[in-house]
Amino acid sequence: MNKETIIQGNPIQPEKQKKTPRDKFERERIRVRRIRKRKKIRDKIIMGFAVLLMGIIAIIILTPTILTITNSFMSSTEIMANYGSIIENATSSNKTYISKQVNLKIIPDMISFSQYSTVLLKSPEYLIKFWNSVIMVVPITVFQICVALGASYFFARFDGKLRSLAFFVYIILMLMPYQVTLVPNYLVSEWLHIINTRWSIILPGIFAPFSVFILTKFMKRMPSAMIEAAKLDGAGEFTIFARVCVPQCRSTIYSVAILVFIDYWNMVEQPLILLNDADMHPLSVFLSKINTGDVGLAFAVAVIYMIPTLLMFFYSEDYLIEGISYSSGIKG
Amino acid sequence: MKQIQTMPQTVPKEKPEKLKRRSPSANQNKPKHKKVKIGKNERRERIITSVFFLPSIIGVMIFFIVPFFVVLYYSMVDNPISKNFVFLDNFKALLGNAAFQRAVKNTLSFSVIAVPLVVLLSLVFAVILYSNIPFKTQFRTVLITPLMVPVASIVLIWQVMFHQNGSVNAMLSMFGLAPIDWLKSEYSHIVIVLLYLWKNVGYNMILFMAALANIPKDIMEVAELEGANAFQKFFHIKLRYLSSSLVFVSILSLINSFKVFREVYLLTGDYPYENLYLLQHFINNTFRSLDYQKLSAAAIIMCLVMIVIIGIMCIIDNKIGRDLEE
Repeated sequence: MNKETIIQGNPIQPEKQKKTPRDKFERERIRVRRIRKRKKIRDKIIMGFAVLLMGIIAIIILTPTILTITNSFMSSTEIMANYGSIIENATSSNKTYISKQVNLKIIPDMISFSQYSTVLLKSPEYLIKFWNSVIMVVPITVFQICVALGASYFFARFDGKLRSLAFFVYIILMLMPYQVTLVPNYLVSEWLHIINTRWSIILPGIFAPFSVFILTKFMKRMPSAMIEAAKLDGAGEFTIFARVCVPQCRSTIYSVAILVFIDYWNMVEQPLILLNDADMHPLSVFLSKINTGDVGLAFAVAVIYMIPTLLMFFYSEDYLIEGISYSSGIKG
Repeated sequence: MKQIQTMPQTVPKEKPEKLKRRSPSANQNKPKHKKVKIGKNERRERIITSVFFLPSIIGVMIFFIVPFFVVLYYSMVDNPISKNFVFLDNFKALLGNAAFQRAVKNTLSFSVIAVPLVVLLSLVFAVILYSNIPFKTQFRTVLITPLMVPVASIVLIWQVMFHQNGSVNAMLSMFGLAPIDWLKSEYSHIVIVLLYLWKNVGYNMILFMAALANIPKDIMEVAELEGANAFQKFFHIKLRYLSSSLVFVSILSLINSFKVFREVYLLTGDYPYENLYLLQHFINNTFRSLDYQKLSAAAIIMCLVMIVIIGIMCIIDNKIGRDLEE
């Protein structure tokens, strides 16, 4: 890089010997240009490092997901040959496997869909567990948002001491970990005799305050002039809510729905405590037990399990990001 | 948001307030004309809007608030049938319980390691991705994919990697290091911290990026003109504007660190190595024996701790916020 600057400096060199004030200025300019160029190169090197670093991190982050997907295209026998020793330890059976060392492969020896065909066609229990997840998560998502829309309209439309107190309680509730909320949930489910049924998970889920929080924040940003205008046109509160407020929130509703859906799609704690009957457990809990049994099928089941959320992600990444951004900041 | 900016104003009377409200960084929490008398119409509207609130508040009351007070009550009686008040005896018994102590110790030590790490890492990633790095959007997408991949799905790979005979050990042995039984030794925390980071960095990073985007541009320009270098700009300007999101992200990460039971359970099942015995394991086991007093006391203690932590964070946040306004 030094060479370059010298070459650039060369054409001015004969003038330099005269040492006029203009010449000084010229030299100064060259110096500044050189510094700038150096800085540019330095910036580029830093950028290169950053890209390299982020690239490595990106690969590390993607590895588990990609490995799961590629491994799902192995045949069951190949999986057993590669990962058999894990089960051997878990069940301490006397079988011997080809390799004691686990053999993590990125690309299968032979692509086969046998795992999928077994899961989808021959063993219905996995699909039942998948259905268990769906039938709990979808109603929770839909109704939580319906309930939350009303509540956040209430919080956003007017201010008042009682309202801010209630909102504060909602925030505290939202921040409470499961260890706190599950005990009350269990008690109520017992009183209502819905313990061991799906309702014991669905009902508390519907009233969880998470989406109230985000939707309220969005609605508070909506200009009240719009509501005033609707009122002047003779709209009542219900019309304003249904025709003005909710349509405005549409994109936020999508993003909240995605966040709620992932959260409950991942649930483990609630079914473990509230559902004694393992037949009703969602796939998330079931997958943890699969490793001691059907490792040969586990990868295909895992992939099937992540398909809904991944599809959501690819179609609505922007909504997701918007939703997360709205959840920032406890106050205001 | 776009619609908000293009909205025509129809009510000239309240114009100044509307304008204030619309600015993105506005402090909406300033008290608003509370002394103004509420008109008849508005009172009626207020009552009508309460109807919208009813389903939510009834549900929250039934499923969270009322039973919470019952839990509080249970935590102070000797058992749910005879109902003799013993006040703090349950708490004393709980605090003396060895399993509880271990659970608290493990949960806390995990949080102490994981929370600062995740906050720091996500801040670094956010700053890197906020600069003009090439492939910005691609990196962002990659970093938030773990958010959308259910933990249960990738747990198998994690097990394969960190098993006694797993691939991480295979790699270690290539460097001549002795294999470690990752999930059943002192090192188990590392595995869980990694999994936690993998899961949570993306979410926090988006929060930080949103906060970075909210820093007023003119301040950065002034700093540029006055010749501040990148580090000065970061530590003196950006960090101060980020402080409130730093607090929020820390709270969120802390709460998520209490949720790490999910990952531990999926990796190791009901009976993990003693280092991984977390509070949620304790609660699950207590549920099995249906020991209401112990459960209630544990929930109440946890709740109090959470409230104290959130309170401290809010106070810090307020102080920094005031500092910023001056």
